[in-house]
Amino acid sequence: MLSYVTRRLLYTVILLAIVSLTIFFIFDLIPVDPARLVCSKQCTPSLVEGNRHRLGLDVSVLEQWWRFIVGLFAGRTFGEDGIAIHCAAPALGYSFSRHECVTKIVGEAFPFTFSLALGAFILWLTVGISLGVLSARKKGKFADRAASVFVLVGTSLPTFISGILVVLFIVLKFNLVNPLELGNWHSPWTDPFGWLQTFFFPCATLALAYAATYTRFTRSNVIETSSEDFIRTARAKGLSEKVILRKHTLRAALAPIVTIAGLDFAGLLGGAIITEGIFGLNGLGKLSIKAVTQTYDLPIIVATTLIASAFVLIMNLIVDIAYAFIDPRVRTS
Amino acid sequence: MSKFLEVTNLNVTFPTEDGDVHASNEVTYSVGLGETLAIVGESGSGKSVSNLAVMGLHNPARTKITGSAILNLPEGPVDLISASTETVRRLRGKAMSMIFQDPMSALHPFFSIGDQIAEAWHLYNKGSKQDGIKKAIEMLELVGIPDPSSRVHDFPHQFSGGMRQRAMIAMALVNNPSLLIADEPTTALDVTVQSQILSLLKDLQRELNMAIILITHDLGVVAEVADRICVMYGGRIVEDGTVDDIFYRPEHPYTLGLLNSVPRISSGESHRLRAIPGQPPSLISLPSGCAFQPRCEYSSKVSSGACNTSVPSLSDKGSGHLSRCHLDTVDLNNLVKDKA
Repeated sequence: MLSYVTRRLLYTVILLAIVSLTIFFIFDLIPVDPARLVCSKQCTPSLVEGNRHRLGLDVSVLEQWWRFIVGLFAGRTFGEDGIAIHCAAPALGYSFSRHECVTKIVGEAFPFTFSLALGAFILWLTVGISLGVLSARKKGKFADRAASVFVLVGTSLPTFISGILVVLFIVLKFNLVNPLELGNWHSPWTDPFGWLQTFFFPCATLALAYAATYTRFTRSNVIETSSEDFIRTARAKGLSEKVILRKHTLRAALAPIVTIAGLDFAGLLGGAIITEGIFGLNGLGKLSIKAVTQTYDLPIIVATTLIASAFVLIMNLIVDIAYAFIDPRVRTS
Repeated sequence: MSKFLEVTNLNVTFPTEDGDVHASNEVTYSVGLGETLAIVGESGSGKSVSNLAVMGLHNPARTKITGSAILNLPEGPVDLISASTETVRRLRGKAMSMIFQDPMSALHPFFSIGDQIAEAWHLYNKGSKQDGIKKAIEMLELVGIPDPSSRVHDFPHQFSGGMRQRAMIAMALVNNPSLLIADEPTTALDVTVQSQILSLLKDLQRELNMAIILITHDLGVVAEVADRICVMYGGRIVEDGTVDDIFYRPEHPYTLGLLNSVPRISSGESHRLRAIPGQPPSLISLPSGCAFQPRCEYSSKVSSGACNTSVPSLSDKGSGHLSRCHLDTVDLNNLVKDKA
């Protein structure tokens, strides 16, 4: 077990290195020159060269990558002499357009993204799994049909429509949330109600599509598991239907959900671009889309891309380890 | 004297879109404590279906069951068919247990062998978690698992097929049931393990005085362990007798066909194995008369064509040897002799 975890951990670190290196190469290949973008109208070659040096783009991609990695652990100083700025470890770069360390910018955006992702995650798991189990138990009955309508609506309604409907009706028409308050940060520790006001509807919007998918997935898994031989054995033992469902069926039916739930959650931690945009949440998604489309702020783009992929890789590791605890067959092989 | 389990006129029907599947028709059998009843038949002959009905393991929403299955418990008889699902559930695992064909898939992959046995024990006994594991070790010892106190924490995938079936038996017997239904318990195992499992069942039966119903399609298995045999075909019992009756004095052409299709080493003379021609009948639309008639080589010999029109009754051919055939014993014997 321990060697399994160590091996997985090692793989993850190697993968992270490869992924980050790839990201640097990709942005090197993109035919947009950040050094030219930041210089104003009178762009002389020497100015561009100077910018390139300041941005740290005058060295090879490998060297750029290596500086980034070192900066992650040791902090990094950008610029020279009088205008040198130091970003403490873990330094993700320096945004010359915002004149701030990227770590600080990302740190401000992350609570929004995390709140949104976690809230949505809890909502969709609760709704998806309970509805899925319910409709599996009541297969073909009214509850099952009602749930399948929910699944249909949830999967076919894109977030940019459901989100806009929520804003239109709940915020603007019924004023359940003050429109001026939309997207304001409230700490869940000191002002939980304010936090809930900001995040409940965005989370619900984001959770809708996922909840629908999870309902369908849970339903089919529970139905499939119910016909397994070991469930018949449990019944032959004399266990009650309640125990069979809770202990025997759900344990086996929900195990695969751990995998997809972990990865879906990780995906959202990189930023939910549409939902953040609709509800004015200054999270990672909004940050990166702005960096790409408006300012072409390369350090921010690199940082958010890397963070998103790091979350996926790390969550993958966590899921793998969790799965070893859930399924004994994984543990020994 | 009444036997421990008495099944009478059991009908099991599955309504489907294509019509009702008559999986078990007028099935009647009984088994006493310390006795082994073998139910033999090919796939789809209704042998498992009847016994799942006895155990109450059919989905009531998708099954129609009529008839009776009386379990003569010390505290009084219970009809397993008409009793409430809750009553039957509380008899499962305690008064009657069942083991299944494929021990690979019949154990829950996520729980240890010990936990699964202990779970069955805790259902009807009060005791701590350790008591449950202690009981599981004791049961594993009983069914011949080596080093049970360390193997008890193993998971099913760490056991071999034979060991898993032993663990299944341990789990089924943990509450000392009086009836054990073994549904093809050795089909998924290789031959040497098969005979080990069978002799284990036989030993445990002697020790615990259980009634055993052994469902199988393997006549070799039957000869080894059974006291009485029911042969099923097309959802009906076609012949019912002692092991000697069935093996040496078969009364039904289907039984004859089965015996002819099994190689025998003892007979000395060599002869071709004769397969029964044709296919088993569809349980949705059974032939109007005898279900075996389309495949029966003797049906043309029955005068008046009764085989086509009326289902023969299960009649006594002497000293409790029952057969469902329009031919009488003398005629059948003559026909068989002519053929040879």
